[in-house]
Amino acid sequence: MKSRTHPALTAWAWLTYAFLYLPILVLVVFSFNDSKFGATWAGFTTKWYGVLFAREDVREAVLNTLLVAVTSTAVSTVLGTLIGFGLWRYDFRWRTPLTFLLVMPIVIPDVVMGVMFLMFYAIVRGLLERSGWTYENGFWTVMFAHVTFQISYVALTVRSRLAGYGRELEEAAADLGASPIQSFRQVILPLALPGVLGGALLAFTLSLDDFVVTYFTSGSGFKTLPVLIYTAVKKGVTPDINALSTLLILFTVLAILVANVLLRPRKERA
Amino acid sequence: MTVRRFLATLGPGVVWLAAFLVVPAVIMFGYSLLTRTDLAQVGGPWTLENWQRVFGYDALFREWIPDNLRVLWRSLWLAALSTLLCVLMGYPLAFFIARQDDRRKNLLLLLLIIPFWTNFLIRVYAWILILRPFGLVPSMTATFLGMVYAFLPFFVLPVYASVEKVDWRLLEAAQDLGAPPTRAFMSGVFPQTLPGLVAGILLTFIPALGMFVVSDILGGAKTALIGNLVQNQFGQAGDWPYGSALSFLLMGVVLLGLWLYARTAGQKGLEELL
Repeated sequence: MKSRTHPALTAWAWLTYAFLYLPILVLVVFSFNDSKFGATWAGFTTKWYGVLFAREDVREAVLNTLLVAVTSTAVSTVLGTLIGFGLWRYDFRWRTPLTFLLVMPIVIPDVVMGVMFLMFYAIVRGLLERSGWTYENGFWTVMFAHVTFQISYVALTVRSRLAGYGRELEEAAADLGASPIQSFRQVILPLALPGVLGGALLAFTLSLDDFVVTYFTSGSGFKTLPVLIYTAVKKGVTPDINALSTLLILFTVLAILVANVLLRPRKERA
Repeated sequence: MTVRRFLATLGPGVVWLAAFLVVPAVIMFGYSLLTRTDLAQVGGPWTLENWQRVFGYDALFREWIPDNLRVLWRSLWLAALSTLLCVLMGYPLAFFIARQDDRRKNLLLLLLIIPFWTNFLIRVYAWILILRPFGLVPSMTATFLGMVYAFLPFFVLPVYASVEKVDWRLLEAAQDLGAPPTRAFMSGVFPQTLPGLVAGILLTFIPALGMFVVSDILGGAKTALIGNLVQNQFGQAGDWPYGSALSFLLMGVVLLGLWLYARTAGQKGLEELL
């Protein structure tokens, strides 16, 4: 393709990239700053990384975040894939209402989703307490809430992946003697797999990064990394949070590079 | 479709969404008709007061005090302005990326996605470090900057997807027919990027409208935007019924916008978008 672009366009693009990377650069630089109160440079140090690794709450938050992300992604991928498949395979009367329902978690502002869950869980707790049960907001409430917004993304990704295929596929499989379950597992699922994996990856990322819904559903004893960072930001950030950010950025870049290397050979074959 | 087939495919997901989405929405509607009794406690009598308050009528003073309509207006305005700046910065950027050779294109896309995968709060917080020396935190300007920064990748990606698919022959055809560059672009290329542009605008505008984190961290004020107003009712103010009514207002504005879009673009447009 033509790689010549107008100099003004090139300059504009690099300025935009600079805008995107300026804060990240600042964070990385400040994580090595030997001053507890931020804005002035007091010399190079790596001590904040030591401080960070000594923090048990950070370790626990990382673990909580991963636990919620893995569990909720697993549940929502199964439910979402089945919905995506059902939308592709069957005609039914309330197709439009169901599509509408699936779109809701994507378009409702997350703060509204968050407070909706807050009230819902309060009512559920009230009802359960009446029957002698009790629970605290924590892992389960956060996980259920994450699944709820993840389902839509998985279902719509799977549906659009299957959209190119005709339903004759299933009929052909049935003619060849496959049971519905066999045809789903051996014919449909392999075809839908890129959509399923893409949806799962999206769901996982959304869960890792979610702050708002988690904030309203997590209660006081259960913190994920975004919630911990929010608390830190509100209290006034200490340099160890800069170190944490730097590590997270580093981790993201590594993950993307690894994914790129893993995906490249497949791309060339295709 | 038989019941058995339904239960085996759509069933579990639909039941889940009914339990965790429809029921909470109904509960929220119920709350919006109740009264705050004690701090964060809710009870009877049933009342329309919260809804009146949302639209600016103060039952206590028996007069119109449309403070939160003002907040809503400010939120709409700020979201629109952030979206506009995203368009100005991101639209040319999408063209720049699309016109590189394949290797550079992938690298540039990667560079766009890396900040997008870095924790949102951290990226917003970093602006405090940058803006503090200029005395800009907390302020509305900082909020605005933070919003543009947070949503720019969301905007560029869908626009890029449609610029990628542009049929450049139409541009050449327009030029061959003697159209000046601007005209050739507007009639030959711009319409082809429209679906991506609209998708990008919605992906920027909707979250910007409901945003409370950026204004919370960079803006300082507690009730600066409609999102903050909602959050505050469930936090410090402890007025869940009023917060519920406000949530419906926010949701209503978003749905109204989508409905208007669907009407102009048609059902297909909305489905393509999602």
